Amino acid sequence: MDVLGLYNYWIVIFLMMSGFYIMIARGNLVKKVVGLNIFQASVFVFYITVGKVSGGTAPIIAEGIERYSNPLPHVLILTAIVVGVATTAVGLSLVVRINEAYGTVEEQELGAMDGDA
Amino acid sequence: MLAVHFPALQVVLPLLAAPVCVLLRGARLSWLAALSVSWAAFAIAALLLAEVLAGGPLSYALGGWAPPWGIEFRVDAPNAFVLLIVAGIGAIVTLYAPKSVAREVGEERAHLFYTAYLLCLAGLLGVTITGDAFNLFVFLEISSLSSYILISLGQDRRALYAAYQYLILGTIGATLYLIGVGLLYQATGTLNMVDLAQRLASLHDVRGVRVAFAFLAVGLSLKLALFPLHLWLPNAYTYAPSAVTAFLAATATKVAVYALLRFLFTVFGAEFSFSALPMGPPIAMLAVLAMFTASIVAIFQENIKRMLAYSSVAQIGYMMLGISLVTVEGLTASILHVFNHALMKGALFLAMGCIYYRISSVHIADFAGLAKRMPWTMAAFVGGGLSLIGVPLTAGFISKWYLVLAALDRDLWPVAALIVLSSLLAVIYVWRVVEQAYFRPPPPGHDTREEAPLALLIPTWMLVAANVYFGVHAGLTVRAAGRAAQTLLGGAP
Repeated sequence: MDVLGLYNYWIVIFLMMSGFYIMIARGNLVKKVVGLNIFQASVFVFYITVGKVSGGTAPIIAEGIERYSNPLPHVLILTAIVVGVATTAVGLSLVVRINEAYGTVEEQELGAMDGDA
Repeated sequence: MLAVHFPALQVVLPLLAAPVCVLLRGARLSWLAALSVSWAAFAIAALLLAEVLAGGPLSYALGGWAPPWGIEFRVDAPNAFVLLIVAGIGAIVTLYAPKSVAREVGEERAHLFYTAYLLCLAGLLGVTITGDAFNLFVFLEISSLSSYILISLGQDRRALYAAYQYLILGTIGATLYLIGVGLLYQATGTLNMVDLAQRLASLHDVRGVRVAFAFLAVGLSLKLALFPLHLWLPNAYTYAPSAVTAFLAATATKVAVYALLRFLFTVFGAEFSFSALPMGPPIAMLAVLAMFTASIVAIFQENIKRMLAYSSVAQIGYMMLGISLVTVEGLTASILHVFNHALMKGALFLAMGCIYYRISSVHIADFAGLAKRMPWTMAAFVGGGLSLIGVPLTAGFISKWYLVLAALDRDLWPVAALIVLSSLLAVIYVWRVVEQAYFRPPPPGHDTREEAPLALLIPTWMLVAANVYFGVHAGLTVRAAGRAAQTLLGGAP
């Protein structure tokens, strides 16, 4: 099996685990959103890799082009990127509101301020 | 003919009405828009269910692109039934909203509340109706993003943090789902659920398909708050505005349960999910753990909204238990419980909203003598509570009865015993509230009657009445749930 030839997938797994780790390990709410973005970006790379046909060009009908990449995963990921942008926007605006209400964006300090939260 | 386009209108109406609410601005006008749209959606859902039960599944090709290339909206017995309960709760909560929202969110932001609310409704209806795996992700994110916003509108500042936690966990769940869909596309080259099911039938031993199954199952379990992936739920339900809690508790997790059912049974097929991969025992074990752990935690809660939130986690255990039996009876019980639990939790959380409206608290300490001050509200709470326990003549009894029968049918009498035993835990936590409200004297100076306004009481009592009605006349729901279960197991079209 060609392990190195599938390097795109290694990148996907590396990004996915880094993002996931940041979300779990970091107490700073902004850093968590960054981790979430990296986590989502890994999925984008995964979809684009799935759609690539080796030796294929962009899927445009033209003279002399016979092999082309599958455009569908790319289109799907455009939608997913939009969803990701919206999620980041809502996440960061919540962080702004949390900062206004508590004066901090560190998870540990937040927990201590409300007692049971 | 307009009726041909009902599947599309079901989702498009609330989706288009959402920006209209922003433009209308006024609290009253935007409420009227939301009210008319949500009741129209309810009527469409009822017509769709009647049509599906009479004539079999409907397929709607969005934009005229034939499936499997275009996005297909496919309505059959399981999702028509879920559509009805989502649209029904959506309609009743809109009726309830104006006074509660004015109090907890503020008149000046009410139109934005209705915008997010309609988006959430459109997203949930979309997840339920779509026959396309990727389209489901998009609708899932529409409903999730708007529900984060709705939760963050709560008065307590902890609502913000609860919404943030839900955003992180909810997005992880949706992203895991997306990875699963990508792997399925890689293996089959299609996204249409019916097409996927046909192509997956011969791909059971492909590793990518098994990995896809794992990602989809974990992602959706996170969304439906299967124990122990429920950590986002208690805070989100506790600190959200009352109307939002009632709406989300009754619909959001139910829609995720439906999506999981769809993947386990329609897309992968019961043979793959429960024979090739033995998913039955682990699901059953988590379900029983949920029923007991969450119920016991509920008993010790001081905040009654949080108590009901933990009870929701326990009730999801009952739904998953029915799924793990993999019989028509078990699935019927699960789908019935999806419907009935929406009715009971809706009623209970709306009653909480009435109480919060008057006494600005949902802590048990402030409930002393509340039955004297708010007799109708407390009676509604008792009605919903009885249904939650599963007392005969309420909807809760019907679904638990079918669940016990399904367990006995598989000769699993210890499981049947556990169902009854965990229902007794529900007696304890409902009784704590009843004892405090009915048998303690009210605090001095507060012994006059101060009932919640009729605008809040009427929708609450509509849901309580539905609990009793579907507890006595169970024929309609049992028939629809039975048909849904047969469809999922491949027995009926």
